[in-house]
Amino acid sequence: MEAFGLLLHGFAVLLTWKTLVLMMVGLVLGVFVGVLPGLGGPNGVAILLPLTFTMDPTSAIVMLSCIYWGALFGGAITSILFNIPGEAWSVATTFDGYPMAQQGRAAEALTAAFTSSFIGSLVAVLLITFLAPMISSFALKFGPPEFFAVYLLTFCSFVGLGREAKHKTVISMSLGLLLAGIGMDTVSGNLRMTFGSSELLRGINFLVAVIGLFGISEILLTMEERLALRGHAASISLRVVLGVWKDLPKYWVTLLRSSFIGCWLGITPGGAIAASFMGYNLAKRFSKDPESFGKGRIEGVFAPETAAHASGTAALLPMLALGIPGSGTAAILLGGLMVWGLNPGPLLFVEHKDFVWGLIASMYLGNVVGLVLVLTTVPIFASILRVPFAAVAPMIVVSCAIGAYAIQNAMFDIWLMLGFGVVGYVFKKIGIPLAPFTLALVLGNRAEDAFRLSMIGSGGTLKVFWSNGLVGSITTLAIVLLFWPVIDGLLARVGLTQRAKPASG
Amino acid sequence: MSQTDLEIVVDDPTAPEEDSPSVVSSGTIEIFVCILLFALAATLGYDNWRTGASWDSTGPEPGYFPFYLSVILGGGSLYGLIAALVAHRKAAETFVTRAQARRVMAVFVPTLLFCLVTQFLGLYVASFLLIASFMRVIGKIAPWKSLLTAFVFTAIMFVTFDIAFDVIMPKGPLEAAFGH
Repeated sequence: MEAFGLLLHGFAVLLTWKTLVLMMVGLVLGVFVGVLPGLGGPNGVAILLPLTFTMDPTSAIVMLSCIYWGALFGGAITSILFNIPGEAWSVATTFDGYPMAQQGRAAEALTAAFTSSFIGSLVAVLLITFLAPMISSFALKFGPPEFFAVYLLTFCSFVGLGREAKHKTVISMSLGLLLAGIGMDTVSGNLRMTFGSSELLRGINFLVAVIGLFGISEILLTMEERLALRGHAASISLRVVLGVWKDLPKYWVTLLRSSFIGCWLGITPGGAIAASFMGYNLAKRFSKDPESFGKGRIEGVFAPETAAHASGTAALLPMLALGIPGSGTAAILLGGLMVWGLNPGPLLFVEHKDFVWGLIASMYLGNVVGLVLVLTTVPIFASILRVPFAAVAPMIVVSCAIGAYAIQNAMFDIWLMLGFGVVGYVFKKIGIPLAPFTLALVLGNRAEDAFRLSMIGSGGTLKVFWSNGLVGSITTLAIVLLFWPVIDGLLARVGLTQRAKPASG
Repeated sequence: MSQTDLEIVVDDPTAPEEDSPSVVSSGTIEIFVCILLFALAATLGYDNWRTGASWDSTGPEPGYFPFYLSVILGGGSLYGLIAALVAHRKAAETFVTRAQARRVMAVFVPTLLFCLVTQFLGLYVASFLLIASFMRVIGKIAPWKSLLTAFVFTAIMFVTFDIAFDVIMPKGPLEAAFGH
């Protein structure tokens, strides 16, 4: 009940004309970046972050989070109308969404996508409302060893549970952690890895890296791919919306299952991509007519969209409660908090109640307003794709440069952005994942500080990470997850032997 | 009433040819990247070792944590190098075709020039030049449309960042002439 009272206080903080206008601006910009080829949630948020530098933190985070919701909604438009998944997690939406559009049911597919996005996000926001304060108050008891163990758990789960080749995830993560260490050492004040360069004294700002890795590299990749778009126009009428909503109760199991999968994979670093595919596959597996999937079945839109959006939203839970982002975009939002001098983590709930509850309230309101906005403006946003890419590409490059420069007012950062753009392009093409790199770059200094404080406290023994039940459990779990592919292989082998026995016997 | 029968068609005249020859294979690039990363790990590892990668009376020295990360990065790169050398099949996969490389360069080179021009003429002039020339040269869009779009976009950026949100961008002689 305390959470409910605080949430009402959050709405009171939020409901000012200024914040509501910023919310609308954020949503429109978000849908815009979601629809544009070569942009998406993470880079949209990173590029537009400088706009918020002069705002108070609450207004700023409301606008940024609304860019995020808008981008999530916008991604579905291109997936369904043009068969172009704006983000990797939108791939599963195209399986049934595009066939629906081809059958002249684009409006129905879009309504289903927006509604299920809303439902998925809503379930995750409810989870955040009631779980985040509990986790953060529990985490207040954490010391440096516990925090390092949680960071280790995050890193290890990326390596162990990621779909990419393990050595590539390790390369990506260790590179991110190393680059985070460039500049002045926060504990001793010594300079590290600067090689006499005064530009590197500041270190590498992760937002500059993100803009290059996601923004510039995406432009290079988009240019490389075929850009001839052929799609369907759609305007959504109230009749179609009400028709889809009337049928919603029929799909309550799918919606609930996908929400649960999404929340689970959002809190653990499984991610929205895994969530959308798992949601889709399970909907197909439990369907009475699995053959109809992929041919324009509305359930095939509901399932991945609900899961992906529940996951994307739930990724904000560990960010707020523990200061550990569950996704790339959550990492960028976390960077935003740090820019405004806020320290994400358990103390945020104690020291900045207005901010936290204003943000959570904005998640509710942003989703409602976002849903209405996209349902009423689809044709306008879809027509953005008529703008020639030769006009869009240089505008995105300029926006990226503005974003990169504004963070530290340094020309060097524009060059750095370009360098990271090339790195991102090459890494994406050879399968080195970028999410662990971003996460490591954001968390690097905090993880190192927690490690050093733990080691200083223990006199240099690693036993500190097993010094009590809590830290010991987290560290052990981290190691289990790191070696999960090996353990899973062994378990499967045991399972195979057990299954083989009756057959052979 | 939903108008799903209308079709939006956005054709791209510069779409790459399907049968364009390969410029370089993924395997070669992977080997090259792993060698570069290994060299980076060695350089950073040495620098951290020099800074101090052991323990003193106050605890771990500044280079302690990054030194071991360099070792992990070096190990990962070395493993990647061996894996790329062993994987013959993957070595044949195309990293980029000639047409794709041309298109990537068509955006990369102007971006590089944009960064260079920004340093001397400021961001807004560089933005105007980039957008106008890109639209005209790459997109083959009419000169008046290219110039107008570039001007309007640059003006919007100037008003939004420099005036409305007080985010000061790098300026050049043109802005100085107008007192900014």
